[in-house]
Amino acid sequence: MRLRLTSRPEPSRAMLVTSPLLAAALTLGAGFLLFLALGQRPGAALHTFFVVPVSSRTGVAELLLKAAPLILIAQGLAIGFRANVWNIGAEGQLVLGAIAAGALAIRFDGTTSLWLLPAMVAAGILGGMAWAAIPAYLRTRFHASEILVTLMLTYVATLTLSYLVHGPMRDPQGLNFPQSILFGESALFPTVLAGTRLNVAVLFPVLVTAAAWVFVAKTFAGYQMLVGGLAPLAARYAGFKESRTVWVALLISGGAAGLAGVGEVAGPLGQLLPTVSPGYGFAAIIVAFVGRLHPVGIVVAGLLMSLLYLGGEAAQIALQVPYAVTSLFQGVLLFCLLGSDLFVFYRVRIGRRLPAGSRA
Amino acid sequence: MTEPFLKASAAPRLALRGITKAYPALVANDGIALDVAPGEIHALLGENGAGKSTLVKIIYGVVRADAGEIRWDGRLVTIGSPGEARQLGIGMVFQHFSLFETLTVAENISLAVPGSLKELSGRIADVSERYGLPVDPRRLVHVLSVGERQRVEIVRCLLQAPRLLILDEPTSVLPPQAVEKLFETLARLAAEGVSILYISHKLEEIQTLCHAATILRAGRVVGVVDPRRESAAGLARLMIGRDLPAAAHPEPAADREERLVVASLTLPADEPFGTTLRDVALTVRSSEIVGIAGVSGNGQKELMTALSGERPVEPAEAVRLCGVAAGQLGPRARRARGLAFVPEDRLGRGAVPPVTLAENALLTAAHLDMVRSGFVRVDKTRAFAERCIREFDVKASGADASAQSLSGGNLQKYLVGRELLQQPKVLLVSQPTWGLDVGAAAFIRKRLVELRNSGTAILVVSEELEELFEICDRIAVMFGGLLSPAVPVRETSVAEIGAWMTGLFPGARTGAVPGGVACA
Repeated sequence: MRLRLTSRPEPSRAMLVTSPLLAAALTLGAGFLLFLALGQRPGAALHTFFVVPVSSRTGVAELLLKAAPLILIAQGLAIGFRANVWNIGAEGQLVLGAIAAGALAIRFDGTTSLWLLPAMVAAGILGGMAWAAIPAYLRTRFHASEILVTLMLTYVATLTLSYLVHGPMRDPQGLNFPQSILFGESALFPTVLAGTRLNVAVLFPVLVTAAAWVFVAKTFAGYQMLVGGLAPLAARYAGFKESRTVWVALLISGGAAGLAGVGEVAGPLGQLLPTVSPGYGFAAIIVAFVGRLHPVGIVVAGLLMSLLYLGGEAAQIALQVPYAVTSLFQGVLLFCLLGSDLFVFYRVRIGRRLPAGSRA
Repeated sequence: MTEPFLKASAAPRLALRGITKAYPALVANDGIALDVAPGEIHALLGENGAGKSTLVKIIYGVVRADAGEIRWDGRLVTIGSPGEARQLGIGMVFQHFSLFETLTVAENISLAVPGSLKELSGRIADVSERYGLPVDPRRLVHVLSVGERQRVEIVRCLLQAPRLLILDEPTSVLPPQAVEKLFETLARLAAEGVSILYISHKLEEIQTLCHAATILRAGRVVGVVDPRRESAAGLARLMIGRDLPAAAHPEPAADREERLVVASLTLPADEPFGTTLRDVALTVRSSEIVGIAGVSGNGQKELMTALSGERPVEPAEAVRLCGVAAGQLGPRARRARGLAFVPEDRLGRGAVPPVTLAENALLTAAHLDMVRSGFVRVDKTRAFAERCIREFDVKASGADASAQSLSGGNLQKYLVGRELLQQPKVLLVSQPTWGLDVGAAAFIRKRLVELRNSGTAILVVSEELEELFEICDRIAVMFGGLLSPAVPVRETSVAEIGAWMTGLFPGARTGAVPGGVACA
């Protein structure tokens, strides 16, 4: 007996719905065994992982706070990924957005102008776009791989930030700690849920998601980019310009990442630090794919990813399990999720012979 | 019933009885019987969707029948996979190629045939020489034309010394001389005792080549005949159940304007084994069809990409479209000036495979009010797709069917329809009927002639000489990047054009022919 995979003529709609449920079941099963092997009570452990983080107001606020940048960045990336433009340096564009917004906050510290925050938002978006424009130019002008350029520029960005907070932007009264001054009130997003850190920046992913959906599903520009990704020769035949696709994809994803950077420094952080992101730019790549590059799917995936972060922290604290275990469990979940997707496009057959109802 | 061939006493090499295969929507094969004797060349005739492909896939072990039996040399067998089929000695040349584009010809063949690359290259050269199928083992597959890829498939099969060779439309892209050589080869193989199951839509070929023909219609055998004793019309009638629609032979129209003028077009190859266009000149007037004959790989692909705008050319005056220097314009700007283009590659170039027919309408027909303020007007794209499906008799579940779900012939009808419905001033068509059944091909030729009669200037690239002679007003030949003068069809003959296809035309510079793989 052996297993065979055969591709389906059309993606299965039934499996499209079933595969996430299957993934959930597999993850719970694997988690059950994992925690059992670690000597934990599996039920309690899974409860800690998935329920405890969202069973308080603060918990929900933290969930949204972490999901916001993931969703924001992933929406931008997904537009590029669908068009075969692989921006994997959103982390760097986020950092540039944070630097640009932070520079304004520091320069105009003490102002009460209502324009400071909007200016920071604009500066952050432009900063992210500018950083993404470099790979766009190099790709369209010299055919340089945007995968490598965006990735390498991430290190340039984080080191630049590190230089700035160790030097020019360091808080003079900060006892030489590598951090900027704390931003003033007018440079911070107001909180929307009293007693939590949740601020109005949580609206950005909502707006961007809506815009991404309209762009992808309704506009001719979105269609052209989709064609560029699915069938480059057809795009060339139709006269859709590849350079335009590359520019649009990178500018959109860079801008979204820059905006996420503003959300961090003008939100929960409130200042520039050597590290302004725990890797949102990279995690968003996973979010984009787990969400099947679909605007709505990305929202669900972003919330799930955020829950995994929080659940991991809760498990480390409450269960005293090492960080590696929570990472392992997160990996299992993503593995099950992406693995189950296989059944959407393929069917599994057992044994050597094709059953009677087979189609070639 | 099959009359006895060669050794009448021998058991058939392949005998099928009661082969039945049902899909949810249709019965593809319904109680099919088929006998192929050793050394017999047996034709399988039928329209698209008649069940030929399913039957052949059952024989080759790709699909399993619901009912029925297969006997091989009189012995009952089950063929569970293509591997088992090959072990029995069944070889198949598919209509859709199974080649890796990033590998060379020799590397592709080495995946199926044991032996070192060096040794294989020698054998490939031998076989291709002997059977009149020129291929260069060192070339990368992605730069090969459709015709050249098919030769690779045939050569790969022949290297495995099969006892039953299944050929799915092997000659559709070969020049007349190569077809003759191939037929000599097949006849020699048959004389050596190899059985051949030959699928083709070309009735004349079947009549000259085949000893027997099994005709399928709607999944059933409707006749087993000796094709040498039947008329082409009789075979066609058996196959489609009615008479063929014929394209009215075109009469040249009066007072015509120059719509497409190519002058001194020289364009270096943009890939290592591409063809350089050299000093190409061509004029296509309104109400006229100009055909370009020639073996694929002689610059037709390069010429068409230069004319469509996929590859801009210098100087801009080298290509004039409706009086405007268009060489530097992109495809959309040329479309805006009245150009339409049906490329030879349907899936992936002419159409985006996974998206719907409505969305594929948007690919080239967006300027028909399908986009407003940057937003796609879904009602317009759907209406256009539905009209195209209706008027061009496309068999599809509707405007929401994905392009890749259509058969090759139906997708071609859709693509031709999409371009024709734009009422172009100039239409470029590459291989308009490649792989289509007789009925669909006749239909498309008829529509092209109608479009010409309504005033459109049409340029057709085809490797089927009969087709060009049927619909064209003038014919030119492409060889080694050079284009012959275009001559009126009435003043030339298949023999002359066939000779031109080997480079022997006025103005051709002998000794300056690149590539070395151009023609047999």
